[in-house]
Amino acid sequence: MIRYILRRLLQVIPVLLGTTFLIYYMVFAMPGDPLLTLFGDKTPNPALLEQLRAQYHLDQPFIVQYLLYLGGALRGDFGTSYSGQAVSEILARTFPVTLRLAVIAVVLELVLAVVIGLVSGLRKGKFFDNINLIISLVLLSVPIFVLAFLAQYFIGIKLGWARPTVSGSAPWSELLLPGIVLALSLYATSMRLTRASVITTMNQDFVRTAYSKGLPRRRVIPVHVLRNSLIPTITNVGTDFGVLMVGATVTEGIFNVPGVGNAVFQAIRHSQGPTVVSFVTVMVLIYVFVNLGVDLLYALLDPRIRYE
Amino acid sequence: MSKPILSVRDLRVAFGNKKAPVEALHGVSLDIWPGETVAIVGESGSGKSTTASAIINLLPGSGRITGGSVWFDDVDVSSLSRAEIESLRGKGIGFVPQDPMASLNPVWSVGFQVAEAVKANGVATTKKEVRERTIQVLRDAGLSDAEQRLKQFPHQFSGGMKQRALIAMALAANPKLLIADEPTSALDVTVQRVILDFLSSMTRETQTAVLLITHDLGLAAERAERVIVMYRGEIVEAGPSLEILQNPIHPYTKRLVAAAPSLASRRIESAVVEGRSAVDAGATVSESVPAHAAEVVPAIEIRDLTKVYPIRSGVFSSVDFTAVDHASFVVPRGTTMALVGESGSGKSTIAKLILKLEAPTSGSIQINGADTTNDLGSRDALRLRRLMQPVFQDPYGSLDPLRSIESIVSEPLVVHQVGDHKSRHDRVSELLDQVSLGRGIAHRYPNELSGGQRQRVAIARALALKPEIIVLDEAVSALDVLVQDQVLRLLTELQTELGLTYLFITHDLAVVRVAADHVSVMEKGKIVESGTVDEIFANPSQEYTRKLLDAIPGANLLA
Repeated sequence: MIRYILRRLLQVIPVLLGTTFLIYYMVFAMPGDPLLTLFGDKTPNPALLEQLRAQYHLDQPFIVQYLLYLGGALRGDFGTSYSGQAVSEILARTFPVTLRLAVIAVVLELVLAVVIGLVSGLRKGKFFDNINLIISLVLLSVPIFVLAFLAQYFIGIKLGWARPTVSGSAPWSELLLPGIVLALSLYATSMRLTRASVITTMNQDFVRTAYSKGLPRRRVIPVHVLRNSLIPTITNVGTDFGVLMVGATVTEGIFNVPGVGNAVFQAIRHSQGPTVVSFVTVMVLIYVFVNLGVDLLYALLDPRIRYE
Repeated sequence: MSKPILSVRDLRVAFGNKKAPVEALHGVSLDIWPGETVAIVGESGSGKSTTASAIINLLPGSGRITGGSVWFDDVDVSSLSRAEIESLRGKGIGFVPQDPMASLNPVWSVGFQVAEAVKANGVATTKKEVRERTIQVLRDAGLSDAEQRLKQFPHQFSGGMKQRALIAMALAANPKLLIADEPTSALDVTVQRVILDFLSSMTRETQTAVLLITHDLGLAAERAERVIVMYRGEIVEAGPSLEILQNPIHPYTKRLVAAAPSLASRRIESAVVEGRSAVDAGATVSESVPAHAAEVVPAIEIRDLTKVYPIRSGVFSSVDFTAVDHASFVVPRGTTMALVGESGSGKSTIAKLILKLEAPTSGSIQINGADTTNDLGSRDALRLRRLMQPVFQDPYGSLDPLRSIESIVSEPLVVHQVGDHKSRHDRVSELLDQVSLGRGIAHRYPNELSGGQRQRVAIARALALKPEIIVLDEAVSALDVLVQDQVLRLLTELQTELGLTYLFITHDLAVVRVAADHVSVMEKGKIVESGTVDEIFANPSQEYTRKLLDAIPGANLLA
């Protein structure tokens, strides 16, 4: 088990080198001079420009720039953005916000998907199941920005139950509304997965065995049906968490959430090489850990899966 | 005691929705007295399992009781509420399911699942008592190292061990009645015998009544005092076991008794042969093999055939597993060689090697005198396959559900570019006639056919190219006795008609008795004994062969 985890963590090294290199190269290849855009319409002093270029190593060839960045990153120094902020500071400011938002969305998604999927699966073909399937189909087909605008307008503005946009410090309570919107847009897939596997599991011989040995329904359902049905749902919710940690750019944009999605969007627009690459590095790390977590959860849920 | 423990009266069960119900049981009545063992026998679809499920109210899918009553201990089970029936299951009626592989929850340890049965039925309450009782019932069920095995999961148990655990669960609360639904069908014959012996000694000790559901008449007669024969949802005959076996009255029972292969049966003789029967043909050839070996080229000859599979044991290391270990045999032309053994003995691997679906590690294979051991060019391989065709075990899995029967049967002709569209069509009709299927079936699809019909389609497909050798890998194991009998007769007829050579792979020695001329017994990759069927059955020299022979249900009764 320990060896398996170590091996998975070692795999991060080549993945990180590859992704950072590619991203760094793509930002480098983007048209336009990142420094000139800083000055807007003004024509900068050539001497100052030269000095800035040297400071950010923009006068060096690409590969040297990349290696310099990599060396810094290994020492924990992600460099500074062209506007003078330390990149590590931007990371430290935005990731906690996105983490809070992702946690709200994923917890809601998991609870809704498991509870409603279970009930729906147990009442397959009945009224509740049919209504639920129609609602989930609607949620699947509506783009997230429509859902976000509707929630913002009705709940935030008309009813005034929540702040329509999130303030700078982004507390838990204000993130609830965007979290619900994200959860709703993700919930339908997970719910359908739970429902389908509950239906399959209910027909398994071992469920019959459980009944035949005299167990009441209230024990058979959670112990013998639910646990066996959770694996596909967990996988999906785990992947969703990874996706949300990378930043829900559209939702963050609509609700003005100062999270990762917004920050990366800005950084890309301004060709901020080191900032973008630093974000990507952290994202890759998060992805790897989330996936590892999901794989370890499998083993916990299903003893037939053992890692060596 | 003069009152039956279980009394089923005019029980009717229907499946499907309320508007168009399909009745599966048409008024079944039976009684079981305390301490008695009763068997229900019938082919698949006869309603025997439905009867068992209806008694404990666990009908699958849309099934429901539409009439009649089930009295257990003076209580009408069909009128009980859900909570009442939940408390009756396990405590009053224990249930041993059909398939031990699928009947244990894979995500919970075996100890946990047995403990659940102990707790739910109030046999023990405190944690310590539950644990002790769990270990006790598992020990009683024959798992001597129960204490060490509590924490193990079902996938770490063998099939026989799983069935023991399931029996332990069913008997955990000392029920008065035990329903065993095909408890050993999924197990090897030798394991089957051990489990059944154990089951009867357990229930005799505790005076538990047993309702045994099985498709095997021999097994039923051997294990039960009374046998009930079911056919299409009705009881057609019931009475003491030996009486039913010796004097069957209902035509269906007669056919069942006649069809049941046993040690006493003879080799099926083809009706079409005139003069030499299949048995004579087999015997003559086998006796003359040593003398004429040089002149008569055998259809299949393998020498020191060995197959080693590497099994992964670490990241870079592997352990060798020898599936077939220096096996040699000769199959003379026009005869049937049976390869028998338990699952895992390597018999299917030999079939794959001969069919060239796998490459041997060492040794040689000769088909019709030509060496086919090494890799053949694609043209030679195609020619070899034309000579040799397989029929597989599962008639459901081996036919493509999206293709019509005509398309399935004519595919080998298309692949080998035999004839044009018209001649292929004629050949398909001819083949369907040969396997007595009727030409009307050509435009139907596999899911519309029964298991026996499907296996005939598979045989027709194997015959399409007029091969000389057919490899039958457990080709009749999945079929009901009556269908099995029909297919075996068909194979014998085709053999005499077309001079075919069969390599018959099976775990069922009773089938070997009626279908084969020679037999090779395999154990752990080695051929431990071989000879003509008569020799082996009369004088098995190996302990292992004797064990296999003894394990045939009803062997002692019918011999």
